[in-house]
Amino acid sequence: MSASSTNIPIDEDRYQSLAEELRCLVCQNQSLADSSAELAGDLRDEVREQMASGRSNAEIKDFLVARYGDFVLFRPPVKQTTWALWAGPFALLATGAGAWWLVQRRQRLGGPSGTAAPRPGGSAPARAGAEAGPEDAEREKARRLLD
Amino acid sequence: MIIEIGHFALTIALVLGLLLGILPMVGAHRRDVRLMAVAQPAAVAQFGAITIAFAALIAGFVGNDFSVLLIANHSNTDLPLDLRVAASWGSHEGSMLLWSLMLSAWTCAVAAFSRSLSTVLRARVLGVLGLISVGFLLFLLFTSNPFERLLPAAAQGRDLNPLLQDPGMVFHPPLLYMGYVGLSVAFAFAVAGLIGGGFDAAWARWARPWTTVAWAFLTLGIALGSFWAYYELGWGGWWFWDPVENASFMPWLVATALIHSLAVAEKRGAFRSWTVLLAILGFSLSLMGTFLVRSGVLTSVHAFATDPARGVFILAFLVLVIGGSLILFAWRAPTIGAGNSFSAISRESMLLANNILLVVAMAAVMLGTLYPLVLDTLGLGKISVGPPYFDAVFVPVMAPALFLIAVGPLARWKRTELPPLVSRLRWAFAISVISALLAPVAAVAAGVDGPAWRPLTSVGLAFGFWISAGVVVAILDSLRTPGRPFSIAHAASRARMQPPSVWGMHLAHLGVAAFVFGVTLVNSYEIGVEARAEVGDTISLGDYEFRFTGLDHIVGPNYDSDRGHFEVRDSSGALVALLHPEKRVYRASGQPMTEAAIDRSLVRDIYVSMGEPLGGTVWAIRAHVKPFVNWIWIGCLMMAGGGFLAVADKRYRRRVTQREARAVAAARA
Amino acid sequence: MRSLRFIIPLLLFAAIGMFLYKGLSNDPRIIPSPLVGKPAPDFSLPILGADGRAWGPEEMRGKVWLLNIWGSWCAACQIEHPLFNQIARDGTLPLVGLAWKDDPQASARWLDRLGDPYTVVISDIQGRAAIDYGVYGAPESFLIDKRGVIRFKQTGPFSPESIRDTLMPLVRELEAEPET
Repeated sequence: MSASSTNIPIDEDRYQSLAEELRCLVCQNQSLADSSAELAGDLRDEVREQMASGRSNAEIKDFLVARYGDFVLFRPPVKQTTWALWAGPFALLATGAGAWWLVQRRQRLGGPSGTAAPRPGGSAPARAGAEAGPEDAEREKARRLLD
Repeated sequence: MIIEIGHFALTIALVLGLLLGILPMVGAHRRDVRLMAVAQPAAVAQFGAITIAFAALIAGFVGNDFSVLLIANHSNTDLPLDLRVAASWGSHEGSMLLWSLMLSAWTCAVAAFSRSLSTVLRARVLGVLGLISVGFLLFLLFTSNPFERLLPAAAQGRDLNPLLQDPGMVFHPPLLYMGYVGLSVAFAFAVAGLIGGGFDAAWARWARPWTTVAWAFLTLGIALGSFWAYYELGWGGWWFWDPVENASFMPWLVATALIHSLAVAEKRGAFRSWTVLLAILGFSLSLMGTFLVRSGVLTSVHAFATDPARGVFILAFLVLVIGGSLILFAWRAPTIGAGNSFSAISRESMLLANNILLVVAMAAVMLGTLYPLVLDTLGLGKISVGPPYFDAVFVPVMAPALFLIAVGPLARWKRTELPPLVSRLRWAFAISVISALLAPVAAVAAGVDGPAWRPLTSVGLAFGFWISAGVVVAILDSLRTPGRPFSIAHAASRARMQPPSVWGMHLAHLGVAAFVFGVTLVNSYEIGVEARAEVGDTISLGDYEFRFTGLDHIVGPNYDSDRGHFEVRDSSGALVALLHPEKRVYRASGQPMTEAAIDRSLVRDIYVSMGEPLGGTVWAIRAHVKPFVNWIWIGCLMMAGGGFLAVADKRYRRRVTQREARAVAAARA
Repeated sequence: MRSLRFIIPLLLFAAIGMFLYKGLSNDPRIIPSPLVGKPAPDFSLPILGADGRAWGPEEMRGKVWLLNIWGSWCAACQIEHPLFNQIARDGTLPLVGLAWKDDPQASARWLDRLGDPYTVVISDIQGRAAIDYGVYGAPESFLIDKRGVIRFKQTGPFSPESIRDTLMPLVRELEAEPET
């Protein structure tokens, strides 16, 4: 906030969320809303004035991007170079789902028990048939008693 | 003199690390018992040496020895004693020394508590830990020497960064590093296993408590960092998806997947290669985080003073450790062997889905964190990726995992039937749906400010109730035997039979629910205002009135401060809190700091901070009311508590496992 | 070839490692300007000193010139200033100084003390014109051609090498261009 703030009332909530989406250019990764740097104050004033003169969020962002580049936006624009960024997580999710499904399929086709050689101190085979019986805690207790 | 002793001790530690790293490994390869026996004494001696070095550094800080460059840069005679001690890890060099100390402490602990492991495996695990310590000690001695002299000595130090002058500084780095470094144990177990080819249930049982403790510490470290930022940085945020925060969150996500994966590996022998990979991945992310925050590659409020030369060293170390272990994995993983199979609906399959989701979440965070770097190096421009991206992407990815938390513990191993599962969860489902629908109604009825309803509010509340109800169902189910009528006495005896690991799981899962509630409620219903005010003015915010009653000038030990006094009253006029925020200017650096004043309670925080002086006696004042924000950190405390509780399980104590391990060793010899 | 999938983590790490390595030679704080190749934004600012007559970039149309953003509060500006004094003595490039968010009296005193290489010095006290140029720190300099198009931006102070190897060759190239 500085002394030259405009006096025309603006939607403070909208101003706050817009200022949180803009980057302070001279800070170490802070938003325009949070920064106490002087340039940040100037840019906050600029945003307020433009909001007061009726500009939309998109117009204000375009104004700043034309001067400072995409760097000033904390929400990266969706364009050719950022397509991988926005689609990435959902592609990863799909890959993960595919991996999960592949594991299930491989299990069903591979037979009831894996290809493991018999292991000393083995754990699983003894438990393999005991599903319908007591619950896990009881089984765990039984196993420890039997150890 | 003390400083030179410290420097010398560090060199000794390096030599000991080399001995620890090389001799036992050679011994394991040759089955030479004498060489393998070097491991334990070397580990203990190294710990002693690094402790001496660290003590020397602390002594220098406490004694204000400004002939040491590090102390001259980061301390000051006016700095209070506890902060002078904490300043020893408040810089790049000092924090690297703390890393090495923690690594050596964990190595020592493994050496002490692994007597029942097979000698060969033990030698290899300690050997790997020793080699890692060599990397860090080389880095310290050759590029980041904390004992470098400043001659002629400075008359006065430049003071610790004011942002770090806080009790948080005393606890946050040590807790965090306990977590980061603790993951090296699982890593060492994985690498030792890959070299030696032994991945049975005993391996998983051994790795599990170490990993759980590391995970719990990491949870506490991250939670404390968030809690500290909340009151220190002056605007009430608690997570910013800053690269350094992400650097700690990524290993946490993987560590969470790892502790779940180890559970399956121990109980069912399944997921073994997946578990080994996660163990390698967890520590690799810890190392990568160390690289990111010290190399200058990314900007962050948290970044240490950056130096690309150091960055090259760490990167080389990263390539060696991570690349080496991944090559080993690619080569030896086919020998790990598959475990027992499981059906598509089973506890295993749900844990598999849970792990995949956590890894996908980690990958998404990594994508956002590194994307600006990737574009920049490809010459495709400079962009910023901040909270709007991460918030938009993280929630959809984590949502399915949150859903599974309630379902997993109810599912049986190997195969579970869907209809009974659905039936047991029907009340949980009903409660969550009803709460989601009621949320907007309740908000309007309570007269809460702001938008009456946001979709995410309902989603968050639904998940919070779903998880809580699922835990309650699981607990109730464990307290009764099917077919027998419910009775308190019977339930109590069943409760006693449940091992601590199961209670730990329930506590941790409830912690997640508490966390989800906290985040949802604070994001949906917090209100704040920034206003110009001078003494005598009153600021209105929601149901509260903040009266600015006074302004004092205070002279602190190493700062000057303007302290405001505020009376906070509620709508009935009753006094709710007296708050005294400060705006400090630290004399040595001239740096201003905002000290917020917070009235905390379980249901809301009232938060006041002083912004900029606007001339005369007018100040910019920020006031916030944040409902349920403390549940965020209470949830984290519950998660960590659950982890520690689970480790208290008797089956990790030596007596129980000694018999089994000896049988294993005898069978394998 | 089931074992092939175990190589995937290694390959992913190799890719990430390469980017991290390349990233070490980047400076994440330098923001490339989107205005290079675009017409220099117009402004009308008072000239420092006597009459406060307004001045705008169209007055330099037809010439190749350098707009330098500086301030008496800016420590790094003192590093490059002697280089500007030399350029003024050589007469190889007209320099226009924009005192950014500076008290005019302080600006004048600073120039008295350190030398005034500028053809004209204008004062942007509010910083609005600087925002139009995407300025986020001082010193910054913009090389503008005969048609009023920004052709190069220097973020941070010049060095003798950057003047000799980057700026001057470009100036010569732009001088050779026609005016329309």
